[in-house]
Amino acid sequence: MEPYRLKLKEALEAIKNSELSPVELTEAVLSRIEAVDEKVKAYVTVTKEHALKRAHTLEGSNEALPLKGIPLAIKDNLCTEGIRTTCSSRILENFVPPYESTVTMRLLDAGYVLVGKTNLDEFAMGSSTENSGFFTTRNPWDTERVPGGSSGGSAAAVAADECIAAIGSDTGGSIRQPASYCGVVGLKPTYGRVSRFGLVAFASSLDQIGPITKTVEDAAILMNIIAGHDLRDSTSAEVECPDFTSTLGRDIKGLRAGIPKEYFSEGLDSEVEEAVKKAVSVLEQEGLEVEEISLPHTEYAVATYYILATSEASSNLARYDGVKYGLRVEAKSLLDMYLETRSKGFGQEVKRRIMLGTYALSAGYYDAYYRKAQQVRTLIKRDFEDAFKRVDVIITPTTPTVAFRIGEKIDDPLKMYLNDIYTISVNLAGIPAISVPCGFNSEGLPVGLQVIGRAFDEETILRVSHHYEQLTEWHKRRPEL
Amino acid sequence: MRYEAVIGLEIHAQLRTKTKIFCGCSTEFGSEPNSQTCPVCIGMPGVLPVLNKRVVEFAIKTGLAMNCRISPYSRFARKNYFYPDLPKGYQISQYELPICEHGYVDIVVDGVKRRIGITRIHMEEDAGKNIHERDCSLVDLNRTGVPLLEIVTEPDIRSPKEASAFMRKLRTILRYLEVCDGNMEQGSLRCDANVSLRPEGSEEFGTKTEIKNINSFRFVEKALEYEIKRQEKVLSEGGTIVQETRLWDSERGVTFSMRSKEEAHDYRYFPEPDLVPLVVKEDWIEEIKSSMPELPDEKLKKYTEEFGLPQYDAELLTEERPIAEWFEEAVRLGGAPKEVSNWMMTELLRLLNENNIEIISCRVTPEHLVKIIKLIEEGKISRNIGKKVFADVFQTGKDPEEIVKEKGLVQISDTSELQRLVEEVLKNNPKEVERYRGGEQKLLGFFVGQVMKASKGKANPKAVNELLRKKLSS
Repeated sequence: MEPYRLKLKEALEAIKNSELSPVELTEAVLSRIEAVDEKVKAYVTVTKEHALKRAHTLEGSNEALPLKGIPLAIKDNLCTEGIRTTCSSRILENFVPPYESTVTMRLLDAGYVLVGKTNLDEFAMGSSTENSGFFTTRNPWDTERVPGGSSGGSAAAVAADECIAAIGSDTGGSIRQPASYCGVVGLKPTYGRVSRFGLVAFASSLDQIGPITKTVEDAAILMNIIAGHDLRDSTSAEVECPDFTSTLGRDIKGLRAGIPKEYFSEGLDSEVEEAVKKAVSVLEQEGLEVEEISLPHTEYAVATYYILATSEASSNLARYDGVKYGLRVEAKSLLDMYLETRSKGFGQEVKRRIMLGTYALSAGYYDAYYRKAQQVRTLIKRDFEDAFKRVDVIITPTTPTVAFRIGEKIDDPLKMYLNDIYTISVNLAGIPAISVPCGFNSEGLPVGLQVIGRAFDEETILRVSHHYEQLTEWHKRRPEL
Repeated sequence: MRYEAVIGLEIHAQLRTKTKIFCGCSTEFGSEPNSQTCPVCIGMPGVLPVLNKRVVEFAIKTGLAMNCRISPYSRFARKNYFYPDLPKGYQISQYELPICEHGYVDIVVDGVKRRIGITRIHMEEDAGKNIHERDCSLVDLNRTGVPLLEIVTEPDIRSPKEASAFMRKLRTILRYLEVCDGNMEQGSLRCDANVSLRPEGSEEFGTKTEIKNINSFRFVEKALEYEIKRQEKVLSEGGTIVQETRLWDSERGVTFSMRSKEEAHDYRYFPEPDLVPLVVKEDWIEEIKSSMPELPDEKLKKYTEEFGLPQYDAELLTEERPIAEWFEEAVRLGGAPKEVSNWMMTELLRLLNENNIEIISCRVTPEHLVKIIKLIEEGKISRNIGKKVFADVFQTGKDPEEIVKEKGLVQISDTSELQRLVEEVLKNNPKEVERYRGGEQKLLGFFVGQVMKASKGKANPKAVNELLRKKLSS
């Protein structure tokens, strides 16, 4: 098998057993990128020289590292010291951070090789990468379709074997939705599980970094590296991390799963519904106790999310003003410099969200929008807490449809926002969820299964999804490129 | 119609922590522009604030000293506005849930005690500085992220004099706590004043204006006096006050309009999602409480009631903590409070002033003063010599007893030695002796002076007096 096709676990073993060297693996991945990225367009920046140098250094060292020589792709909203970090925005097109994000620092300490920074919807705002300030990434299963977003570059890179695994970020579904569209695994950890230091903020109270991988086990391996308390992020939780791989392989007998009825209603594609229901019955046969549950405030999730996320974004993006770094459009007055820099530097969707958020926070509207949304957020969180008194996991489709065509929804923001209808509540509640491949539709496009867990209980969702993966072959299919 | 002024103050105090409020950069003043910055305080993408615990401690201390309720649960909030010296485009402050609320500070003006309510005290970060040159503007972000306390009073102040007294009291408290150096000229203590007028006896508030840029203690009173007169004139001419922000121009001694209410910013405050709510446990508050110094009010009470000092002296001695501590140390070493106080008021504070030095770098120690007082009490030196010795210690830091010994300043009380001096003086001034004996008794002073001069000030004046009277009448 070509080395770039290896799963993370396999690659680690191959390197450990000296069947493969870090340089060989890195070279293989880099040539794969050269061969197919023209079609996929997953990467904003390919760090070829850096990667080769790093692979050589690692190869020359005897140190045993948990990720030694593994080529990974990093979403281009995680700061990498000395390496351009753009957020796929014109305003940061030439921004080179003088610091490393905590997650990539931990990966560096573990011996990974950065092969490139992947494309995203500008500042992670979108569900298709069509909002990238540079270009749209293609879905490797059908290059006329979107890979999902905002971590579309990372998901497409994993699906197209342009990296061994990748890191994404998820604010309203940005890891799980593209993982689902691209037929790979995507885990959004509990809010606070992984440090956000160095992740360029979209919506601080919702953003969370997580792995996008070829298998559930690979996701668990990466979680072991990136998770854990960080003094530089006050919102990172002081909770001890388990060995995330330790529950993999345990059976699921007696575990209880809830199927929320609100998630199987209007707008859900029938083929997706069928695939998910089939997956549930596969698990049921394995001893999973399944029952229907209700998450009554589900219908308010999208509205709540688009008030809170845009409010935070309107403030988080104020720093891009042309004064200190990034794009500056020279103008006669200070106000004109602000206006012209931000007009030119930000794309349409980012501007839309800044305006929405600014409005929601304005004097006289704050109580009706922001405060109300916070209250609803509490209710949504409570829905899950109540449900988790009866069940251990909640199973849903990751998305209502399979990957849509490029351009299909770009003029209808509301339609686009509804893509995240099944993923958004999880961010509002701050709990973990994983998307795993659970089938293909008649057009050969992947369908994702979402397994949601209790706060800080990634282990159980990893255990259930891994068990499912072992029983099925979906994750073994790879797109033809 | 007679008007009453209603004044509320909003004070910003820069905290004397070593590092900034949300990062590890130094707060040192006066360094090379932008040399004390890091990705966090200059607001680079993806960085996060981490709260400096020391800042919370200082805020709690200040709250306790101002009789506030310390909130067990408080939150940071973002105040959003664009300005080049504000790198994130928002200031991290507190809004809905500040750390301290419902306090008060007592002041005394013209012998009358007044209680000024403290609405709230909250923590926030300072902004940087814009520097405007002829053809460009530059930004220095060294000050960005320096911790500030914002202290807001109730509209309880009724005159410029009270406002000024409040500011001085506030400064004293902050300096006692060693949380702020209280320097208005350098901007480490800043004051904005809200002022309105209402007919005397009325309970309703009039329309207020806010005065900014009051950058010295002197100007607190001056700016308010001007603004009150201005409003009085507008009202008495039948006009109405416009709610606005006005700037104090110290050179012209006037306030002028900066922006109206309509132009006011909408800061779009919302809870800071990058920081978790601040939970302060009761035992931490207790720990801080027990580490606090005795405050000026308690000291003042002790000085007047226990030590019997006059109010004025007690106020002066308690204004600065090092001075009060110096005083108390001298008393502890056995100096009579009244005597120590007199020496400090007349000699020490004067010399400190004249030489422009702080008491902490002064060479005279409380021990020195107690020794000098003792030397006088024991009759070893005169009070005048004592003052000279004090001045000498102030210059050299030498032990007073040694100075007395070295310079031979011990008072001459020995009768035979004095007799010799007196006889010599009488012998050298026969005309004056004749005039004295002829009835000009006031010449006694002249003879005393001559003897003192001959003894180089060391003669015991009392003994000299007696001897002279005896000799001249014989």
